[in-house]
Amino acid sequence: MATEVIAWQKDVDAVLAQAARENKPVLLDFTAAPA
Amino acid sequence: MYPDPQVSEFITQHFVTGRIHIKEQPAMWKRFHIRWTPTVLVLADDGTEARRIEGFLPADELLGQLGLALGFAAVNRKDWATARTEFERVLAEYPDADAAPEALYWTGVAKYSASHDANELKALGRQFSQRYTDSAWAKRASIWM
Repeated sequence: MATEVIAWQKDVDAVLAQAARENKPVLLDFTAAPA
Repeated sequence: MYPDPQVSEFITQHFVTGRIHIKEQPAMWKRFHIRWTPTVLVLADDGTEARRIEGFLPADELLGQLGLALGFAAVNRKDWATARTEFERVLAEYPDADAAPEALYWTGVAKYSASHDANELKALGRQFSQRYTDSAWAKRASIWM
């Protein structure tokens, strides 16, 4: 089984705040797949 | 899941990442007007929407779309030089992807927006007479042909 190497965060506002601090774009992955 | 190592490396390198599951955070779906899964939403660093990718894509197509997203994130902040670089990268690295003709179009837009030289748009029209001639983006550029 493939392993996930991306460090996904669940707190969207924390993601947005980090992106603003680091001047990086945000990628939000919206899913309905089983965890 | 993003099992392709090229995709996961690209995402890790370029983006701050969040994953939202419909059952865990239904309010976020409403907040971002999500219509379908999977949806990848790319926002610029100021929170403005840069690209919305709905549905599954094979790795090369997804990488092309994510490259476009980086270009549009730069467009959102009117950083035309970076936008041009990102769009040209999509063209060079994924010339056969669906993203390529759109990247060519926006390369021309970025050049024009930086210079306000109408010859850039005419040059774009000429390029579409030679490449991606059947694409929807060639139709958009036809006014400059």
